[in-house]
Amino acid sequence: MDLNARAPAGPIENRWSDHRFQSKLVNPANRRKYHVIVVGSGLAGGAAAATFGEQGFNVSCFCYQDSPRRAHSIAAQGGINAAKNYQNDGDSTYRLFYDTVKGGDFRARESNVYRLAELSVNIIDQCVAQGVPFAREYSGLLANRSFGGAQVARTFYARGQTGQQLLLGAYQALERQIDAGTVKMYPRTEMLDLIVIDGRARGIVTRDLVTGKVSAHVADVVVLCSGGYGNVFYLSTNAKGCNTTATWRSHRRGALFANPCYTQIHPTCIPQSGDYQSKLTLMSESLRNDGRVWVPKNVADCSKDPASIPESERDYYLERLYPSFGNLVPRDIASRRAKDMCDEGRGVGPDVAGVRRGVYLDFGDAIKRLGRAVVAERYDNLFQMYERITGENPYDVPMRMYPAIHYTMGGLWVDYDLQSTIPGLFVGGEANFSDHGANRLGASALMQGLADGYFILPVTVSNFLASQKAGAVDTSHPAVKQTVSEVEERINRLLSIKGKRTPDSFHRELGALVWDQCGMARTEAGLKTALQRIPALREEFWSNLSVPGTGEELNQSLERAGRVADFLEFSELMCRDALHREESAGGHFREEYQTDDGEAKRNDDDFSYVAAWEYTGDLSSPKLNREPLTFEYVHPSQRSYK
Amino acid sequence: MSRTMNLVLNVWRQKSASAPGQFVRYDAKNVSDHMSFLEMLDVVNEELSAKGEAPIAFDHDCREGICGACGVVIDGVPHGPNGGTTTCQLHMRSFKDGDEVTIEPWRAGAFPVVRDLVVDRSAFDRIIQAGGYVSLRTGSAPEANSLPIAKVASDSAFDAATCIGCGACVAACPNASAALFTAAKISHLAMLPQGEPERQDRARKMVAQMDAERFGHCTSHGECEAACPKGISIGFIAKMNRELLSAMVTAPNEVAERK
Repeated sequence: MDLNARAPAGPIENRWSDHRFQSKLVNPANRRKYHVIVVGSGLAGGAAAATFGEQGFNVSCFCYQDSPRRAHSIAAQGGINAAKNYQNDGDSTYRLFYDTVKGGDFRARESNVYRLAELSVNIIDQCVAQGVPFAREYSGLLANRSFGGAQVARTFYARGQTGQQLLLGAYQALERQIDAGTVKMYPRTEMLDLIVIDGRARGIVTRDLVTGKVSAHVADVVVLCSGGYGNVFYLSTNAKGCNTTATWRSHRRGALFANPCYTQIHPTCIPQSGDYQSKLTLMSESLRNDGRVWVPKNVADCSKDPASIPESERDYYLERLYPSFGNLVPRDIASRRAKDMCDEGRGVGPDVAGVRRGVYLDFGDAIKRLGRAVVAERYDNLFQMYERITGENPYDVPMRMYPAIHYTMGGLWVDYDLQSTIPGLFVGGEANFSDHGANRLGASALMQGLADGYFILPVTVSNFLASQKAGAVDTSHPAVKQTVSEVEERINRLLSIKGKRTPDSFHRELGALVWDQCGMARTEAGLKTALQRIPALREEFWSNLSVPGTGEELNQSLERAGRVADFLEFSELMCRDALHREESAGGHFREEYQTDDGEAKRNDDDFSYVAAWEYTGDLSSPKLNREPLTFEYVHPSQRSYK
Repeated sequence: MSRTMNLVLNVWRQKSASAPGQFVRYDAKNVSDHMSFLEMLDVVNEELSAKGEAPIAFDHDCREGICGACGVVIDGVPHGPNGGTTTCQLHMRSFKDGDEVTIEPWRAGAFPVVRDLVVDRSAFDRIIQAGGYVSLRTGSAPEANSLPIAKVASDSAFDAATCIGCGACVAACPNASAALFTAAKISHLAMLPQGEPERQDRARKMVAQMDAERFGHCTSHGECEAACPKGISIGFIAKMNRELLSAMVTAPNEVAERK
């Protein structure tokens, strides 16, 4: 397949404005004739649906939650980056672009990343005007903090609830359009397939999660903003409902899946406490601004009360190994080092299956230096959350942290317009692969979701629609009926197996397998093991699954079963991608490819490309397509945070 | 060290909105005190599923206390005994061996039961649709720092804006009033200059919609504030009343009629 990114040429700072000018417009009087489907109501989907509505398009927006306000963007705590340079500390659009390309370990497309940095400032303007209560200085002007490896303070934040406040802004804009009649909202409705007619995306098939009714919705364009696939690992910081069904089903219909092995592990999550665990809770990375990470120097001290371990017996390993960045090294490095400490036997906290998986994040010094009140102002809601979950008070006892899957950089392949390889299928937010390369920097996910939703998709989707005839197909088309019947057949299959194991039991087994073999560190042998075991697990799933009840009712087991079925297919592609990428880059760490001091070792000669996988009908032999990456502005170098 | 406990659950089961409901007793055995309340229900559900019985349906998603999806009434108290906590953040260390626990859905006419512990809270979305926003088109915003806002005003607005829309306030209120929810949004935007131009219209329309959804009136019981997982102050209800009064005095003939 010819992968044309359609990235514009010319000076990088003019590319988006030139492209925007060259994009075609739909006559305002004709816009309501075009039906736009948006799947997902998070920052990307909610912002896009609201903006399409404002432009006058006829929009349908779908979410599986009971209200669009609950999309998982809401859980983001730390902040959103923007190159405003309000702190006069040397920030600029170019610096944010540079940091993002470098942070992504030179595996992202320069044109996209520059545009993201450029739009970052508009996002802050937009959100402030909506009434998002960002933190402010006593002057009344906006406050910033430094975040996750950045040497400038460019992160805007709203206590520890930035995602919530940004999402409520988008949600309110969306509700305004629902009231105006430009957007029809379908809550508790899950997309189960993509309708493709003559190579064009023409709609989706959904299941009403309350009545079970399967329906077809046709449209002139479909926009997926359905989030990432982190829940393939079962235990992750994602919401329980997050899934890959919309993206995976679209992949099976012809959309290429890019870089599925790029998954991000967040270094500061509350460690697992038992095998009933249903999810892991992230503690904002902003904690690393003032908290110091350490483990005992001696294995014998690991079970002791941390207060009894003197300064001289503590190993502040990030400060030791990375003197210039210290506790603020990027997420992948902080995560891997925590794993190393625990693998060495120097982890702390409860012993789960023979290993203590935790490191201390200590606020003792911060409280001494800044006072308890300042620490409370910055982190109190996080401390309270930690105490509710663990029963320990971080003002008195160091927090315990361990990495967990948090974000997925891979996703459906898109060109500069965010259009997938299926014409008429656009993909925004975490669901696409576009901007973060092999590793996402902190406070960049909210930025990307909103850049896609408010500013990019409204331009590129309009451009696409301008050359299309409105309402070209209706639900009587045979391909629509065929897709509906395939969805119904699959639901019936899930219900009729009548085996012994629940969807969750398969999901836990799959999650543990991919976490061990395709998690923080990967090896050829481990990945091959996973690739052997996944098809076997999938086979057992389809012969021994138990889903009580029927399809014509609210049936949460059935919902889960469908999502797990797709994770069981997707996981194989993720492992295959990880196996093929014989280098380490960002969140993809192959143990065979590391420098002498244990850092990720890229192989730019052979792997400076986007791996875009094509579904062939056989899950075990997808076809690899390569989009070469060229770097005109930021020249690849070994990342160094020492 | 973790301890385990055995509990008896009385859970409201109701197959659909129109079906009659009833309490059903379940044993929850070997529950670890580190489990969250919803993880305890997960374990019960896994056992029910293994027996081919329909698991207990309940809403939940982020399990971090921020999405507002979860919420059940535990022994008569929305989100359970701890206060300042969503159901997903309630942990079993708040219970003890041998406890008998009653679990019900939110009870309010405006929140019909969908199934078991799942209710329909779309009335909240319609209250926001009535005016819970700043009418702003994407791209029309001025430079963010062109509008300084005193930190204290911004912080107070934030205190109102933390509402997660879970509905515990309605479930806790003897009148099933949505006053705290509605007041939180009216107050958030009324305290910020961005919300000023539509301030009066917003208050009128949102209150009219709240009434149209058949939520009860506020008679200052204060149960909402006690149940709110985000600790939103009942003071905002007083603010809402002032906003509404001011709007009606200024333009009494424009009291919005909403379906």
